[in-house]
This record gives sequence, C-alpha cells and structure tokens, in this order.
Amino acid sequence: MRVKRWSSVVLVMMLSAAVALTGCGSSNNGAAGTNAGTNGGENTPSASVQDTLIIGRGGDSASLDAAIVTDGESLKIAHQVYDSLVEYKEGTTEVQGSLAEDWAVSEDGLTYTFNLRQGVKFHDGTDFNADAVVFNFTRWSDPASEYKFEGDSFDYYDSMFGPDGKRVIKEVKASDASTVEITLNQPQAPFLQNLAMTSFGIASPTAIQEKKENFKNEPVGTGPFVFKEWKRNDSITLEKNVDYWKEGLPKLNKVIVRSIPDNSARFNALQSGEIDLMEDLSPDDLATLEANSELQKIERPSNNVGYVGFNLKKEPFNDVKVRQALSHAVNKQAIIDAFFAGQAEPAKNPMPPSLWGYNDSITDYEYDLEKAKSLLADAGYADGLPGEYTFYAMPVPRPYMPDGKKVAEVIQADFEKIGVKVNIESPEWATYLDDAQAGEKDDLFMLGWTGDNGDPDNFLYALLDKDASNNYSYYANDELHELLVAAQTETEQSKREELYKQAQEIIKVDAPWIPLVHTTPLLAAKANLKGYVPAPTGTEYYSNIHFE
Amino acid sequence: MKAYILKRLFIMIPVLIGMTIIVFSIIHAIPGDPAETILGQKATEQSKEALREQLGLNNPWYQQYFTYMGDLLKGDLGQSIRTRVPIAQEITPYLAATAELTIAAMAFAIFFGVNAGIISAWKQNSWFDYISMLIALIGVSMPIFWLGLMEQWIFSLKLHWLPSIGRMNQRDPVEAVTNLYLIDSMIAGRWDQLWTVVRHLILPSVALGTIPMAVIARMTRSSMLEVMSSDFVRTARAKGLSQFIVVYKHALKNAFIPVLTVIGLQTGALLGGAVLTETIFAWPGVGRYIYEAISSRDYPVIQSGILIIAFLFVFINLIVDLLYAAVDPRIRYR
Amino acid sequence: MAQATTSTNNAPVIQAEKVSGPWRDAWRAFRRNKIAMAGLIMIVFFVLIALLAPVIAPYDYKAQELADRLKPPSSEHWFGTDDLGRDLFTRVLYGARISLWVGTFSVVGSIILGTLLGILAGFYGKWVDMIISRMFDILLAFPSILLAIAIVAILGPSLQNALLAIAIVNIPTYGRLVRAKVLGLKNEEYITAARSIGMKDSGILLRHILPNSLTPIIVQGTLGIATAIIEAAALGFLGLGAQPPAPEWGKMLSDSRQFIATAPWTVVFPGVSIMLTVLAFNLMGDGLRDALDPRMKN
Repeated sequence: MRVKRWSSVVLVMMLSAAVALTGCGSSNNGAAGTNAGTNGGENTPSASVQDTLIIGRGGDSASLDAAIVTDGESLKIAHQVYDSLVEYKEGTTEVQGSLAEDWAVSEDGLTYTFNLRQGVKFHDGTDFNADAVVFNFTRWSDPASEYKFEGDSFDYYDSMFGPDGKRVIKEVKASDASTVEITLNQPQAPFLQNLAMTSFGIASPTAIQEKKENFKNEPVGTGPFVFKEWKRNDSITLEKNVDYWKEGLPKLNKVIVRSIPDNSARFNALQSGEIDLMEDLSPDDLATLEANSELQKIERPSNNVGYVGFNLKKEPFNDVKVRQALSHAVNKQAIIDAFFAGQAEPAKNPMPPSLWGYNDSITDYEYDLEKAKSLLADAGYADGLPGEYTFYAMPVPRPYMPDGKKVAEVIQADFEKIGVKVNIESPEWATYLDDAQAGEKDDLFMLGWTGDNGDPDNFLYALLDKDASNNYSYYANDELHELLVAAQTETEQSKREELYKQAQEIIKVDAPWIPLVHTTPLLAAKANLKGYVPAPTGTEYYSNIHFE
Repeated sequence: MKAYILKRLFIMIPVLIGMTIIVFSIIHAIPGDPAETILGQKATEQSKEALREQLGLNNPWYQQYFTYMGDLLKGDLGQSIRTRVPIAQEITPYLAATAELTIAAMAFAIFFGVNAGIISAWKQNSWFDYISMLIALIGVSMPIFWLGLMEQWIFSLKLHWLPSIGRMNQRDPVEAVTNLYLIDSMIAGRWDQLWTVVRHLILPSVALGTIPMAVIARMTRSSMLEVMSSDFVRTARAKGLSQFIVVYKHALKNAFIPVLTVIGLQTGALLGGAVLTETIFAWPGVGRYIYEAISSRDYPVIQSGILIIAFLFVFINLIVDLLYAAVDPRIRYR
Repeated sequence: MAQATTSTNNAPVIQAEKVSGPWRDAWRAFRRNKIAMAGLIMIVFFVLIALLAPVIAPYDYKAQELADRLKPPSSEHWFGTDDLGRDLFTRVLYGARISLWVGTFSVVGSIILGTLLGILAGFYGKWVDMIISRMFDILLAFPSILLAIAIVAILGPSLQNALLAIAIVNIPTYGRLVRAKVLGLKNEEYITAARSIGMKDSGILLRHILPNSLTPIIVQGTLGIATAIIEAAALGFLGLGAQPPAPEWGKMLSDSRQFIATAPWTVVFPGVSIMLTVLAFNLMGDGLRDALDPRMKN
C-alpha cells in the first residue's frame, strides 16, 4: 500500500515537471516572439507609458542614513529620499535654493540666515521646520548625541565643517519656525557649496527618535521619492512622493535600484530589458552599446580620481622613498589603454583637471622600473621589500574604476618586477570601506573619489588633510594642513587657487597616493529614457526621468 | 513502525547537539578578538563591549553554549550584526527561494534521471543507452558553476530564450505570501506571472539538478537491470501485458529504493551546490545569504545559516530513512 | 587497442607474478575495462602536463601583455589570451598543477586522518567508537562545500586553507570506510588466531587489517580526488581559494565570467579542463571499484 502511494507521489511530481518542461520547450520554439515579450510585454498590459524605472548598479548601499555614509552607492539613494537646505542646479555644481528658499550672508561672512520653504512635510507626515534643521545639525555635531548610534560617525560633517574641537559651525539656531541662523567660527568659502551635499540632507527628527538605530535601514526625508523596501545586496524600492514640494515632480511612479555586481550581467540585463538604466558600463562593452539602436550612451561629467593609497601607519610605507619608488612602478597609460577604452586620462594630482585650482605644471612620476628599483635601494631595500603586503582592491565597479581587481593585478605584476610582493584582497564593499578607513588590515588600498561639490577643498582637504576622516592613508603634513585651512578661510578665489596649487606640489613629493586615473564615467540606458542629467557629483535626482 | 521512528529520532539527538557545538564554535575559532574582527578597528571600546555582551562573549564558554542552546530552543537565531534584524525573521524569504530552487532541481533530476535510467536498462546496449550513460558520466564530473555559466551564455546571451538572473520580473513583482513564487503566483491567479517565474527557474534548476540527475540515471539503470531479469517481470511479460506497462509499472516500483537513496545522498550536495548556483544566477537564496555574510563578517548569520541548512539536511535524511522503512519493512530490523 | 596493450605489457606481467594473485587479477580486470583505461590514460596525461608545465608552456603564466588582451585562439596563443593579455594555454597548463596538487594532497590528508580515526574506532570499539562515529555523523551532516566555506571563512581565503578545509570535510568518508572494514575483519578467524598466538595490536593492524582496508581506500580515494578538485575549483570560483595571480581554474572562471559574451574562450577552456580532469578520476575510480572490489563484480 505504502509503496503505491509514495510512488504515485513521485509520479505526480514527475508529471508536473514534465508538463512544466515540455511547456517551456514548446514555446521556446517561437523564440523571437517570446523574447520580444520579455522586452515590452512584461509590463502591466494596461499601462501605456512606462512609469517604473529599474536601475542596475554595481554595488549595494552601505546604509541609507545620508549623514553617516561617504560612498557613492549609499549617497545616490539618499539623494532621492532627502533634500538639503540648498542644492546644485541640474548637471552642475552651482548652488540654488532647496529646502531654504533664499538666504542672506552677513558682511563678515560669519552669519548665514536661511528662509525655509513652508508647508513641506516629511514622508512620515511630520512638518519640516526650523526645529528639524536644528535637530539635524545638533545630531551631526554633538559627539555625545543620543542619536549617534553604535558604530556611526558623521564623517562628512567632520571633514567639511571641521572635526570636534575645530568646528567651523559655531551655532545653529531657529529664529522662528521658518528661519534658521547659522553662525560660523571663521569664514568658510565653500560653505554653501558644502551645505548642498547629499550628506547634509534633512532627516525627519520624529523618525530618528522613533526608529533609533533602525533609521539607517528605513530613512525618512522630504525628497522626491519615499523609501519603500531594502533587500540587501538585491534591490532598493522607492516610490513617488505624491506631496513633493516641486510642482509636477517626480514624473516616475516607482524606482527600483538593483545591485548587479558583475559588469556583463548588468549590461546583459539592460539588453534584455530587465533594467532600463545601468551605471558603470564596462568600457569593454562600449562598442556593443553603440551598435545597438535601442540603447543610448550617457556620459557623466568627469570629476573624479581613482588612486592607490599607501597606508602610512604601516612599515615601510611610512618611508617617502618607498612610496616614490612604487610611484614609478605603475604604468598608468597601459592600464588606461587596456581597461578604459579612451574614457579616462592618467592622473598626476589627487584632484581632477576639470576643477579650478588644478596644478598642471606638476610632472608625474614616470613609469620606470629601473628608477623604482634604485629608489628602493636608496631607501635600504636593494633586494626589494621584505615580506608580503596586503593590497585592497575594490570588489565592486566604481565610476572611477570599472574593474579594480583587474587593475590591481596589473599593478601587482609590475610591483613584483621590482621585488615588492603584494596579495590582493577584496572583501565585501561595506567591509572594504570599514577596513580601509581603519587602516589596520591593508598596507595599500585602491579607492577613488567623485567630487561632491565642485570645490578643490572637497578633494584635497577631505582626503589628505591630517584632520580629515576620509584620509585613509593616515598621511599627515602640517605644512599642507596650514595651506588647506588657509584656503578654506580665504574668500578670494585667485588666492585660494594659488594655495591649492601649492598644496598639490607638496602632495606630489610626499606621494601618499599613486593617483591613477580621471575617468568620464559611462552609463547606458534604453533609448526612450529621457530627462536624466547625470551630475558631476555622482548623485542626482531621478525626479525628471520619464519614458517616451 | 512507531518504535522505529522513535529510535531513529533518538539517534538523531547527539548528532543535532554535535552540530550546534560545531556551529557554536565558529565564532570562537576566529583568531583574535571576535568583537574587533566583526566591528573593525574603528569601533569604540564601548561598542565592542556592547557586541561582546550581545553575543555573550564575556561569560565562560559552557555558559555561553547553554545560553545559545536556550535561545535556539526558543527559536531565537540571534540578530544580524549588519542589518540588526532578527535572523529568524530575515532568513525566511531566502529559505523559501532556496527551497523552490532545490525542489525544482530535484524534480528535474528525478524526471530525467529515472526515465533515462529505465529506458537505458530496457534498451540495454542501444545507442540511447550509450549516449545517456555517457551524458551521465559527464554529468557527474560537471562543475556546476561552469555549467551555469555556459547555460547563461548559450540560452540567455546567445539565443535570448530565458532570463539569465533573478527569480521574477522586477517590474511586475510577485506578491509574496509563501515566498515560493510558483505557489504565490498561482494564489494570485496570475498565470502570466507563473510563466515568468517558471522561465526564471529553468536555467538554475538545470544547473543544480544535473549532478543528481546523472547519479539517479546510473543507479536506476543498474537496479532496473537487476529487476528486469527477476521472475515477476518475466511473469508479467508472460501474462501478455504490453512492454511499456511492464517496465514502467512494475519495474518503477522496484527502482524506487535506489532513487530514494540518491535523494538522501544528493540533498547535501544540492544544498551545498545552491551556494554556487545562487551566486551565478543572482538567486536570492540562503546560500547567497550565507556567502554574503561571510564576506561582511556577519558571524551570527553565518552560524545560523549553516545550522539551518544542516538541520534541513538531517531532517530530509530522516524522512528518507523513514520512507525506506515504510517501503521495505526489513530495513527496520537491521 | 586491446591487442596492443597486451603485447606491450610483457614487463608488468613478469613483475606481477611476484605480486600476490589478487593484484594481478585486478590489473587484468582493470585493463579489460576500456572506460577505466581511458580514465587512467587521461590522468597520466594530466599528470604529465602538470609536471612538464614549465617545459611545455610557451609563456610565463604571470606575464601580462595588456596590448594583447582578450585575443581569440590563434597559432600564437592556442587558447587565446585573458583580459590581462596572459596566455591562456600556459595558464591552463599551470592550472593542472594546482588542481592535481590540491586534489591529491587533500585526499592524502583525509585518508591519513580518516584511517587513523577509523582504525581507532573499529579496533577499540566501545566509547572510543562511540565518540569517533558520532563525530563522523556530525561532520557528514553538513553539506561538504558549505562546511569547507565555513572553515575558509574562519581561516581566511587562500589555497592552503582551501586544501585544509577540503581535507577536513572529507575525513569521515574514509574514516567510516576503514571502521567498517576493521569491524568486519576483527572477528575473522585469522585475526583471532593472530591474537591467540600473542601478536600485539599494532602488529595485527599493520600486517592484517591495514592491507585489507587498502582496496576500498584506493577506490574511494580516486573518486575523492575528483570531488576534491571540484570543491577546490568551487572555492576558487567564490574567491575563497587560490588568490591572484595563481592560475587556478576555478579562479580563472570567476575572473573571466564577465567576458563570456565577448571572449568565450576565457571561460570555455578552464571549465573544460576541470571537467575532463574530474571525469578522468571518476572513470578511473569506477574502473578500480569494478576491478578491485569483488562484490561489485557481476
């Protein structure tokens, strides 16, 4: 009896499998038809114009709380959820009003008075007002804030407005419900420029108080899109903010941002219609893209640097001669020719040439292995460096580096020729950033930076000043520090430019990094996607995007 | 039968306990300070201390273990360090995704394996026999991650027949009830969605099911050869039943035990293989969940994920054993 | 084919006469098994490739020529080049070294430890057996690749750790086998006899039990190498095994998967190599089982 019953179960299983499989077999014969179905037909049949945008990107967000993140993947989602007091005009780094309608600056440049937009509500229904602004600034600046949760640090606040004890902002106070007054300790030339950054997006105080450390998983702001769902390493779903204060926006109903780390899988998904817009197109796929009339190429204005950083906390990279020697051992042009399909230029400075203040008179360390060897010998390492070193290479494609692991392998091979043995490691992205920042596990690391605000301060001070929390090299030079702080307080443009040029000379000699490339990041989209203007800062609203 | 079930359950207890000990020791096997490894050097002493407290690392190990067991028995699998969500809650959709994939893979393996085995035995030494046994030989030697890549290349990139990654069409998401999308789309009465879900399932389940299919085909064939020379098949033939019915009805019944054995043996390989398949096909299953936890050093997730898979494995083997006993009472007394 | 093998095998036959009967029978049976012989020939071929890689390989496996990246197979580069312009043929040859090395040594490791534990369990029985057998049960209760991943997660990713992890997860396979064999033999008359004439435990183990356990170990070990090679490649594929620039086949696959559409040769050749090597050991293992294990003979 039992035998019969069980075998019949198996038979049923097999039968159903057979039905399923023969079913698919038969329709596969009409391959062309089914495939066309995947491209358009899978949308809800009734909708005439597509109003859901699916974006494919290389990595997941580390966190959704704009204030505690510094990586591009986290920021670009945060940008949809939060608004800052001021914002950049689309596609530029020019500042215009946002949550603050307008503002006045005092004569001495120390007091900023912001008139806030009225009637704006957070996604949780609470009011946006001056108190909310004060709450956010207090949270960012007070090291003992009860809303600074375990493991969090407000890195951008510290690096843009000075670390605790050296704060630029003295006080933020609400004069009335819709006026905020910010007083500075010293004038800061790029102050408004800084305020417009995504990280200074105003979050709902009620949500932070209620959700506590879970806020970083369920963000609430005033932005064009409302956070809906986050499936780690898979997708983030955003929905239209129907009460958005910008009239008629956003045009989309829903945005799904999927993480597809593999460059070719992501491109394949675009070709097959599974996604509408992809970031970080591998330059290897550029030819295929241009041959496909259903797709379009989108370029982001170049405003970045990809680099290899030395960890100066570690022997022997605290020795400038060693760093200079290794700087001679990287063949930037060959890397660019091989991996960037003309979408990059070699870097000699830690900031991009598209930015004012760039020092073009600097000559780079040329690729010369003999010279590298002799410099190593001068440093006392005639037989190469002793031991093996850990070289962190990005596990995910970045706009400034589409395939970090491969570039790292090229560098690894060149280093080996001068007797320097490095082992490449690529932990998961959030862990990678933590490790690189801690500077304990890595001896060298690959990373890059996309400018946030169109000011050289955002590269030179933010990444290389001894006080900056994004200084993952742990490079400290007092002379440089003085220059950079002077440039922050100086308000005359030509003087600032001069200071930054001097700073670049110091950095060149100290060689805390090997700057590798400045890229023009590539994106690709369906041909009928309109209204998308990539910003040089790497984050932009999706609110104007629509399909035709 | 009841006594046998009880005995079988009783034997399982030390194994289950042993498994919890192994999984429990994972966090203690990390060289250095686990709290620092997990949180990174950036972490303050305060937060490290808080984590040690949360993980109970400050107590003597036996006390930690009993607390751990106590939590497990209450169904508390701990909390993910990265997302701060209880693992028991977080893991459910991942488990369902893996279940759907492995069941589909097994269905594929059984259907093709059993049939190929039967026909090969029936038509012994025919070209069909040779070819299917050759395929089976290659099948058992196949690295499934490579097979998956080849499938994607041919059926998705070249021929555009099937989607290469994911479980469903993101534009038209399946409403999750059971998280088994085949069932969910049927609940919703969305036959077009069901079709999409099936299309997404085909490539990964073929990749995952190939090795068990090959093993099943080979075992079915050899046991069928034995059965077919037995008296009752000859009698059946003599009774004048058509060959097809003879082979399928009578012989299949007897081929059941080897198939059951293979299912028991291959489930482990299937659950392990799911890690690879899920990585290639971006399948949001528990294998990928664990793999990602490893690269982000989320040890509670690693521990609980592995423990759940191992429990599942033991449980499936228990069912297989009980089925044996049900099918063949002699086994009980062995 | 069969003719040729018999005529060229005079020497082994003479030698075989000195060896005890069963081995010669086994070799004969093995030789008659065409599929098994195919496996053996393939294994010899791969071993030769592995040993002679530095001699045969036309290039240095680490040498990059970025200008020549992703070139299709040609007379210059038989298997084409990878995305760093390295000769794929060279890398596949060197890959055989890594795979055979990991496969063989992890299996040797599991056999040594497994045999030791199996003998202890089988020979001493009682609580020793109890503990060891339960340990085997527990280890076997984890899907092996998952357990290997967990071990590497603790130890850190590297080829050595992958080898170690694979060796550990496969211990119970051999342990159980040896234990069963020992239990079977323990009560055989000649063992009882040996004991009664005062032979020591160690002597009995060495003279009688170990030689008798050899057959199933050899069969299982051969099949085990196949499994170990796949597991090592899987770990490499997940980034938990060999690290760059090592030319490990699994790692080569994961490095090249993004070029599957534009440069399929970068994915095809390493994959085929894994499959053929594994196939060779599976064929040989099956053949050995048929030849050495009389119970399986028809």
